[in-house]
Amino acid sequence: MDFAYSEEQNLLRNSVVRLLADNYSFETFKKVSRGEPGWRPESWKQFAELGLLGAPLPEAYGGLGGGPVETMVVMEAFGRALVVEPYVPTVVVGGGILQSAGSEAHKQEWLPKIAAGDAVLAFAFAEPQGRYNLADLAVTAKKQGSAYVLNGQKSVVIGAPFAHALIVTARTAGARREEKGLSVFLVNRRARGISTRDFPTVDGLRASEITFENVEVPADNLVGTPDDALPLIEQIVDEAIAAHCAEALGAMRMLQESTVEFSKTRKQFGVPIGKFQALQHRMVDMFMQVEQSASMTLMVTLKLGDSESARKKAASAAKVQIGKAARFVGQNAVQIHGGMGMTDELALGHYFKRVTMIDTLYGNVDHHLKRYASLG
Amino acid sequence: MDLTFSREEEAFRERVRSFIAEHLPARLKGRTRRDLATKEDYLDWHRTLYRKGWVAPLWPKEYGGTDWSVTERYIFNEECARAETPPLIPFGLAMVGPVIYTFGNAAQKQKFLPRILSGDDWWCQGYSEPGAGSDLASLKTRAVRDGDHYVVNGQKTWTTLAQFADWIFCLVRTDPSVKPQQGITFLLVDMKTPGITVKPIIVLDGVREVNEVFFDDVMVPIENRVGEENQGWTYAKFLLVHERSGIAGVARSKKAIERLREIAAAEQVDGTPLIETDEFARKVAEVEIDLTALEFTELRTLAAEARGGHAGPESSILKIKGTEIQQRITELTLEAVGYYAYPDAHGFGDNEYPVGPEDSVGTAGVYFNMRKASIYGGSNEIQRNIIAKAVLGL
Repeated sequence: MDFAYSEEQNLLRNSVVRLLADNYSFETFKKVSRGEPGWRPESWKQFAELGLLGAPLPEAYGGLGGGPVETMVVMEAFGRALVVEPYVPTVVVGGGILQSAGSEAHKQEWLPKIAAGDAVLAFAFAEPQGRYNLADLAVTAKKQGSAYVLNGQKSVVIGAPFAHALIVTARTAGARREEKGLSVFLVNRRARGISTRDFPTVDGLRASEITFENVEVPADNLVGTPDDALPLIEQIVDEAIAAHCAEALGAMRMLQESTVEFSKTRKQFGVPIGKFQALQHRMVDMFMQVEQSASMTLMVTLKLGDSESARKKAASAAKVQIGKAARFVGQNAVQIHGGMGMTDELALGHYFKRVTMIDTLYGNVDHHLKRYASLG
Repeated sequence: MDLTFSREEEAFRERVRSFIAEHLPARLKGRTRRDLATKEDYLDWHRTLYRKGWVAPLWPKEYGGTDWSVTERYIFNEECARAETPPLIPFGLAMVGPVIYTFGNAAQKQKFLPRILSGDDWWCQGYSEPGAGSDLASLKTRAVRDGDHYVVNGQKTWTTLAQFADWIFCLVRTDPSVKPQQGITFLLVDMKTPGITVKPIIVLDGVREVNEVFFDDVMVPIENRVGEENQGWTYAKFLLVHERSGIAGVARSKKAIERLREIAAAEQVDGTPLIETDEFARKVAEVEIDLTALEFTELRTLAAEARGGHAGPESSILKIKGTEIQQRITELTLEAVGYYAYPDAHGFGDNEYPVGPEDSVGTAGVYFNMRKASIYGGSNEIQRNIIAKAVLGL
């Protein structure tokens, strides 16, 4: 049993933290997230140069040969800096799904481009009617000759406005919500028949509603087993959950630390408000939530390679903890900052928004409590 | 980074498991502190471990410890919880023992340590007083030097199992003229000394778990003082932060959740097992998830120690979260048994079957009893004060 970072992991951590400290201030976040195109391609290039975009990808395809721990290291730092670039959709989901289920041709074409920063991917899995059920799909893909034809709508596809390709989940057989009958496709974002409506998200990202109208996708672009892709989708989503737990952890650490600092300088009744026991205990509870979240992030990261049921339980347990902590830490950070906590000017509120939206992403606390309980 | 145990550690686990299987008598399996009635019941398992050399894993090897790694200690605790071994009383092994081998003189080490290990001396803890609870440093039990003795007068309270004790370690006031923390001395007192009176306090579940201890001109030889006069607070604080592993009670709580699941699987709600109802399944899931987080917080702490560092700030969380979870499990178990929480476990004779399913007996008592956990050992509010000050710098 060992929880220490390797030398390489420490180097990775130091370099990503330094890069963000030098190049990714809160002012940068605000400017980038509010301007066009809504991300900074030069940041993406810097990430590539540092090796971050290939951190969990195999060396044979231009990656660093790392794994979930490397992703955790990167994502915690990204959470602290409110990074808006689509790392999870591109590297964790796109890179992950191609690495575990893609054909050799897919890997050779895409993984080196991802690692080099030349490809951005987005994950189109959610649908208007499906809520958090990954199998509740109305998007269909019908085989016609050597192609599949996609029809339907995907919701809130994060990073899609900048993406070169989409990872799309679709129903190729079976009835709505049936576990069998799902397939995964790699779809050119510019394919004929795709229309998008791009929009900013409350936490500073960009996303799209995407409509597929008779979109032809070559059969070669099917990723993994046809008609039985749910296990693959669940595995990738659990990996993405682990990454977002680390991101939320970084953001929550900022919320908790900045609240403690604020309480030491803000004076009322002639003393710093951090001297009041009511607030001290609240801040201790925030601290405990953050530490418990750090423990759960580590737990899920180290259990992604376990048996399917152990992995699912780990992911749901971690997501429950992070979701609860996000609300508690975020709400109390605003509360203790008082009126200042309500302003757009402070970074605080933007961290609050990010961690709140992470609770929703891939299923909120209720969803994952139910999933956890159903696993026995 | 990885979660696996080495082959040597797995072999160690096997050795511990088979030793327990071979030596734990069926009548002691699963017995908790509240239903171990006699001193002999308590000491039985203690002596078995002593004979094996495993009774004090935390102690340095030279004083009778096991020289186990942090991971081996963790495995040992896990296996004990899994096999439901009876608890060991911490006052000698985990409290005064470490104080004596850290701050005591050679004579004290020689006199007391072997008898703590063997179980020949039963220790109790004389800290709290009627007027000194969370504000422990305000204690008033007075010790006045008279030749080669201290004369002790005052009262201690909440003294756990003092009715069995041979010795009591006490914080006493030796200098009332200085700051409260600076005038305290750490004394070892023989319970047979004239002038000591022990009176029972019955707690919520009807058990005599704690006592009041009165001191009336009790003569304590000065060689029974640990360390220096008026430095007792330092030793007391050491004791409070010394070795927090185990305080979280993770392995025991896992076992308790397992039992809760069994009970809730047997209970029916409109023909459905209680554990399969959404409301109850959700509550059990929540406490189990909390426990998983605590388990990894403890593992992070142990890992930091194993690397030679001191336990990080996260270790302060172990007591608060550990006791909150223990209490929550007893609360859910009380809920789970329904009407058969009613019968008072003490209302039946030794040769009578209690009313209700076996698993329901005493669940209410355990729930009421466990409210103590967030009060003892520095209340959870005091723990929060400590974290606020020491960790957050407030």
